[in-house]
Amino acid sequence: MTVEGPISLGLDDTQPVRIDDTQPVRIDDTGTYPAYSAPVIDIEDVHKLYRTGSLEVAALRGVSLTIAAGEYVALMGPSGSGKSTLMHILGCLDVPTSGSYRLAGEDVSAMTEIELAEVRNRRIGFVFQQFNLLASLPAWRNVELPLVYAGVDRSTRKQRALAALDRVGMGDRVEHRPGELSGGQQQRVALARAVVTDPALILADEPTGNLDSASAREVLDLLAELHDSGRTVVLITHDAEVAETTSRTLRIRDGQILGASSASVTGGVA
Amino acid sequence: MNLVETFRTGLEAVVSHRLRSSLTVLGIMIGITAVILTVGLGEGAQQQVGSEISSLGANLLIVSPGSSTSSAGIRGGSGSASTLTVANSDVLASKTVAPDIAGVAPVVSASESLTEGTTNWTTTVVGSNASWLTVRGRTMAEGRFISGHDVQTHAAVVVLAPTTASELFGGRDPVGQTVDVAGTPMSVIGVLTAEGSSATSNVDDQAIIPMTTAATRIIGGTSRNQLSSIYVEATGSKTLSAAYQETDRALLNLHGITTATGADFTITSQQSLLATATSVDKTLTVLLAGIAGISLLVGGIGVMNIMLVSVTERIREIGLRKALGATPRVIRRQFLVEASVLGLVGGMLGAILGLAGAIILPHFISNPIAISGAAIAGSIAIAIAIGVAFGVYPASRAARLAPIDALRSE
Repeated sequence: MTVEGPISLGLDDTQPVRIDDTQPVRIDDTGTYPAYSAPVIDIEDVHKLYRTGSLEVAALRGVSLTIAAGEYVALMGPSGSGKSTLMHILGCLDVPTSGSYRLAGEDVSAMTEIELAEVRNRRIGFVFQQFNLLASLPAWRNVELPLVYAGVDRSTRKQRALAALDRVGMGDRVEHRPGELSGGQQQRVALARAVVTDPALILADEPTGNLDSASAREVLDLLAELHDSGRTVVLITHDAEVAETTSRTLRIRDGQILGASSASVTGGVA
Repeated sequence: MNLVETFRTGLEAVVSHRLRSSLTVLGIMIGITAVILTVGLGEGAQQQVGSEISSLGANLLIVSPGSSTSSAGIRGGSGSASTLTVANSDVLASKTVAPDIAGVAPVVSASESLTEGTTNWTTTVVGSNASWLTVRGRTMAEGRFISGHDVQTHAAVVVLAPTTASELFGGRDPVGQTVDVAGTPMSVIGVLTAEGSSATSNVDDQAIIPMTTAATRIIGGTSRNQLSSIYVEATGSKTLSAAYQETDRALLNLHGITTATGADFTITSQQSLLATATSVDKTLTVLLAGIAGISLLVGGIGVMNIMLVSVTERIREIGLRKALGATPRVIRRQFLVEASVLGLVGGMLGAILGLAGAIILPHFISNPIAISGAAIAGSIAIAIAIGVAFGVYPASRAARLAPIDALRSE
């Protein structure tokens, strides 16, 4: 069964999303999302200050960056460089101290908490280093969680969750709880959860950090596949090898993006 | 996220944390059981005293000769003078004088020896009229009570209370037999139903004869028209005070007394006895409820502790749910459902346990336990309130955290 044409996920009717129930993450291969004319990420002069007692730490010092729809970008830097802070701000999990952030054309910096929750729900898919699956729920119930918060009805949710699990090769383990799955399998469930809402942006924070190299390879292959099918993927890593699998690498150090960030280099390290 | 989903999520959380949930439920359950049982004990005692007093006769006024309130120094205490007469009692029985009085039972009483064959038994012999039975709220176990005709004809008949009957006749049927009352043979026409003894008198050990018979054959002499007391029954509990006024006014008139303080009789009501007794028992109930309330509070603090820990250990879950799009309101509602379910289940189980205790315990202890609907409903409401107050507060704090702070917490 294929549903074609603009279907409303309830947030913004100006952006039609095509949903194919059997293969919910496949978007036509014409390159970028035709619907997004604006870049997926457009941040300008973003600062983030942390205050611990009298001590003030500047985690980000004037970061500006643009990521176009359909790009596969690695954010790379050593620990303490501010890459995690940047990722949290990109994921609307945290708000910048100053600067502007437009996500898929929407000004996120001016949003309320409730609006941000909606943006996270519909625009962003998260993949965490710790997987962050709920241990009490079977795989498919973990995958359907974002759809629960989106208010999608039950049968549609299950259908889409199962399809997303199938897509990441976990179709035969939908009833398994996270504890019964290997790390690689858990991360694949998390990937299915990230794509189940058809988000504009997939944010992966050290997705291979807790995996052995074989599982890491599988997960990176899946991310590459998602990119190939037209997704915008931002991957945070400290591992140059992982960064090499992306089409553009942004290096971050001491809260600033290092040079060459504007040059888009395909298949190489910037 | 709609309400059904919120409920499902909340219930799942309750089920998936079995140990924690059952500890919470246990804490609430014990508190509720304690409340229901202690309040029940207090109310049971109250009802017991109430029923003992009302067993003396409902809506009853007792007029005794003499005044207990006089400060004149001449008059004796209540019951020490003989100022009530049969004529007084006849006036009170008149509907025109006292429309709110349903029945009047004049009473003369004396302690006399009853003999049946070789058995004798000394008890209170009460002379009264046909109204005595209803005014005192008694019923017949067998036979009949004294009739108006018996009173008119000075009939030599006697009605025995059950203890008296069994003392004299053992297991035999006394009705139709003859008993010597103070030397006068009288035929037994009926036996009263057992009422149970109260603290002040044994109402199951007495013999009732027509008052005319008592006046002429037992008491005799000049005091034959004097009464020990007059029992007055009001038409209802609402007219009791009207009946009191009418009795008071009529007797003051008959005795030619103009001031209330000069009264040579005393009227007491069962209501005033009841009020004194129940106020004592109310104090007991309040005390017991206070103790139960403290146990509920201690249970509540336990619940708060468990809830605080549970929310703290689930901050990561809250962070994840927020990252996936849950609004603070949705998070709060999830915990609200969890806490209310725990409170409700604990409250219900406590109510069931309390009810079971109220049914089983009186078999082992002598005190009755009254089951109070208000105590059950109230304590379940308190249980839910405890769960909600102590569970939702930490959850709503967690829900306000920035998702990343919640996700980062270990």
